Amino acid sequence: MADKKKLVMIGNGMAGVRALEHLLKLAPELYEITIFGAEPYPNYNRIMLSSVLAGGTELKDIVINDWNWYAENRIALHAGHTVTRIDTDARKVYSDQGVEADYDKLILATGSRPFMLPLPGADKEGVIGFRDIADCETMFEASRSYKNAVVIGGGLLGLEAARGLLNLGMDVSVVHISPNLMNRQLDEPASKMLQKELEAQGMRFLLRKQSELIYGKKRVKGLRFTDGSEVEADLIVMAVGIKPNVSLAKSAGLAVGRGIVVDDYMETNVPNVYAVGECAEHRGIAYGLVAPLYDQGAVLAKRLAGVDTAGYEGSMTSTKLKVSGVDVFSAGQYEETPGTRALRYQDELDGIYKKLVIENDRLVGAVLFGDTSDGASLFSIMKKGESIKGKEKELLLGFAPGGQAASPASRLENMADDEIVCGCNGVSKGAIKDAIETKGCSTVGEIKACNKATGSCGGCKPLVEGLLGLYAGERAGEAVKEGICGCTSLDRDEIVAGLKRLMPATVKEAMLALDWKQPEGCTKCRPSLNYYMGMLWPERYKDEKESRFANERYHANIQKDGTYSVVPRIYGGVTTPSELKKIAEVAEKYDVPLVKFTGGQRLDLFGVKKEDLPGMWEDLDMPSGHAYGKMLRTVKTCVGNTFCRFGTQDAIGMGIRLEKEFERMNAPAKVKFAVSGCPRNCAEATIKDYGIVAIDGGWELHVGGNGGVHVRATDLLCVVKTEDEVVEWGGAFLQYYRENATWGERTSVWVERVGLEAIKAVLDDPAERKALHGRIKTSLSYINDPWKEIIADKELRKNFEALAVPAPLN
Amino acid sequence: MTKMLVAHVADIDAKGSRTYRHQELEIAIFKLSDGQIRAVENRCPHKGGKLSEGMVCGTAIHCPLHDWKIDLKTGKVYEPDDGCVTSYETEVDAAGSIYITI
Repeated sequence: MADKKKLVMIGNGMAGVRALEHLLKLAPELYEITIFGAEPYPNYNRIMLSSVLAGGTELKDIVINDWNWYAENRIALHAGHTVTRIDTDARKVYSDQGVEADYDKLILATGSRPFMLPLPGADKEGVIGFRDIADCETMFEASRSYKNAVVIGGGLLGLEAARGLLNLGMDVSVVHISPNLMNRQLDEPASKMLQKELEAQGMRFLLRKQSELIYGKKRVKGLRFTDGSEVEADLIVMAVGIKPNVSLAKSAGLAVGRGIVVDDYMETNVPNVYAVGECAEHRGIAYGLVAPLYDQGAVLAKRLAGVDTAGYEGSMTSTKLKVSGVDVFSAGQYEETPGTRALRYQDELDGIYKKLVIENDRLVGAVLFGDTSDGASLFSIMKKGESIKGKEKELLLGFAPGGQAASPASRLENMADDEIVCGCNGVSKGAIKDAIETKGCSTVGEIKACNKATGSCGGCKPLVEGLLGLYAGERAGEAVKEGICGCTSLDRDEIVAGLKRLMPATVKEAMLALDWKQPEGCTKCRPSLNYYMGMLWPERYKDEKESRFANERYHANIQKDGTYSVVPRIYGGVTTPSELKKIAEVAEKYDVPLVKFTGGQRLDLFGVKKEDLPGMWEDLDMPSGHAYGKMLRTVKTCVGNTFCRFGTQDAIGMGIRLEKEFERMNAPAKVKFAVSGCPRNCAEATIKDYGIVAIDGGWELHVGGNGGVHVRATDLLCVVKTEDEVVEWGGAFLQYYRENATWGERTSVWVERVGLEAIKAVLDDPAERKALHGRIKTSLSYINDPWKEIIADKELRKNFEALAVPAPLN
Repeated sequence: MTKMLVAHVADIDAKGSRTYRHQELEIAIFKLSDGQIRAVENRCPHKGGKLSEGMVCGTAIHCPLHDWKIDLKTGKVYEPDDGCVTSYETEVDAAGSIYITI
């Protein structure tokens, strides 16, 4: 302990604490950490304040790290303390409550305050900003006694505040100096559509208005504008921008511009003093969005941990408006300037507007209104900076024009009523239309409860959503929040955050702690909780077999007649005559009616009676091929350079090694690998979750492919030279997927959802990659061969046997 | 009506099941998480799935084939599906022996 360096952080907000979380992962023992936070709370998610205000969310729901987290990481937190002075010579900070702390390294993460317009009367009661929990409380209180709320500022924050005030039952007017709402993110057409939508929700707008003074006695009464007009107000919320908190830094002699000036490593002009987050100014920009601040935090953490890292170079940003029923997305440059071209699509009927700004064949900006589903993928293309030549219209419209150029909506409209939409459950378009129009369904969940559409593989969900939009009309606008299943309103991220916070020991405890509506859950949430808990705490969580599907409880694949099929593991698809003989003999001994090669180059023994399973496994004496679980299935290989005249590398050896490294790995969904020995790709590696294609002198690593429900070719992750790198990158990719995907989500869907760039950004970092690979190895070390366990344990084995025929009692 | 001694409570795991044959009939016996014992015909009214292989959630069983949800007391299928499976009287004595009346 005595050797530890002292790290002090001023500020307990999102950016700073995120940097510390990172640091603790990289170098947990390096520092003794002290945090001073002015608010009397642990670290919470400020972005979610608009949800707190909108109702249904409480402070406890948005806490990121609770008090325990600070204790567990031995961080001394002085909550409710404001630091009043820094002495950079003596390396000391002083709080307003008389606490002082020495530091070797100091981080300023003081954030920002709402910028309060210096209007006469701005100090009256009822004039606030929208920044912290206290502001939300003021708004709740005002809504109980007063009617008229005025929000100054028609930007992102102002509109979110206004929506929250509407929810509180107030009459809300939004004052904006520009003629266009969100004018820093949206062009005029999108802005006008947004205004129309929000007016329909009940907001009033006073545009092109410059505020002059706030009147009233003690409490605010109203607001006067420079044109002489006035508006009554019992509550005024200023949301015109933020102002970095720099006064402390300034008084300590740090260089300050708009924010505290930092270099690419977040260091200020004073050695050992860093600044991160909204208080910092990097290359002239003080960011107010969370993604860049996290990027900064990652660089700072590595610097403090002594890990080599490239400097922070600034971030491209995107924004979304968190107001229910209004989908707005904006990224990059939204107005065309000389040298750029723009493509627009505007549909006033459905309220959809899309715009792409292109410069030299590259996408540099996008504005989406009404349908923001392409936002993430467009943003990813922008960040990659790749050429979109020839694909421009497809990106805008979602299909290539010239062919069947129908809009998605009209395509759905023209679909015949008897056409099957949900192939798994045989639900026709007519049945879905009927559920919406005559049975009153207004969400996908209700349609599922009504006729099972989307209830199985979920591949038809976009179509069902489309039909909902088409036939539900206005009712579909206010979509209710849907959780992972009917037993909870929480989504995946909320569940995982809740688990981390509450640390329940069993699935049942988790349901109690997270307020489940059904005390024992269902077949969707039980297995997912079981998975998330095993993923979070591999060393201490006891897997619950009763919360697993039959296949994973009996370690064989259930068939329609209640029999099972058994697939012994044949690593890399390579077997031997004696292994084949053994499989053949077992098949004969147990009268297996069908022996078939699987799509993954393995042998499948069908029609096995449940009571024969343990005996067969004993006779086979081979591990389970796990051809049924949400885990690694098979690694398909071609022959590679072992025999093939084109083979460049040992595809078989690589495949066998990978299969042995990752067998029994639990995952959010099934995972398939393939290794091809040359770019002819005979193992079809480019439709696998992790596909490896050998090239001369190295290996191409591909991810996110799928040949199933969601057919998708892989994205190229990177090219590496050695077999060890193939294993390390694979392990890191899989662990990142295990930690971040929703239960049941294949890599193909996950990669599309989060974007390849985001995954690459994590894996590109050697320290992060090694840490991820280390964690998957730890997880794997706790899993045993289930077949062997069942053979050896009478208690487990009894569940495979029928009860003896009983004798009647009378 | 025949009453039979079929098993002991220790033979069945909580939220688990065991089966036995009575002539042509296959019966699945379930133990709920609170220890209650329930018995139904081991055949989903939808496509004949073996309910014994399903997941026990509260007082219901989910068929392993297509996730139909069935009440273990009444045998009634939950909406949106429709149907019923035969359920049987069960009895557990002080010694933990399970009796079923068919």
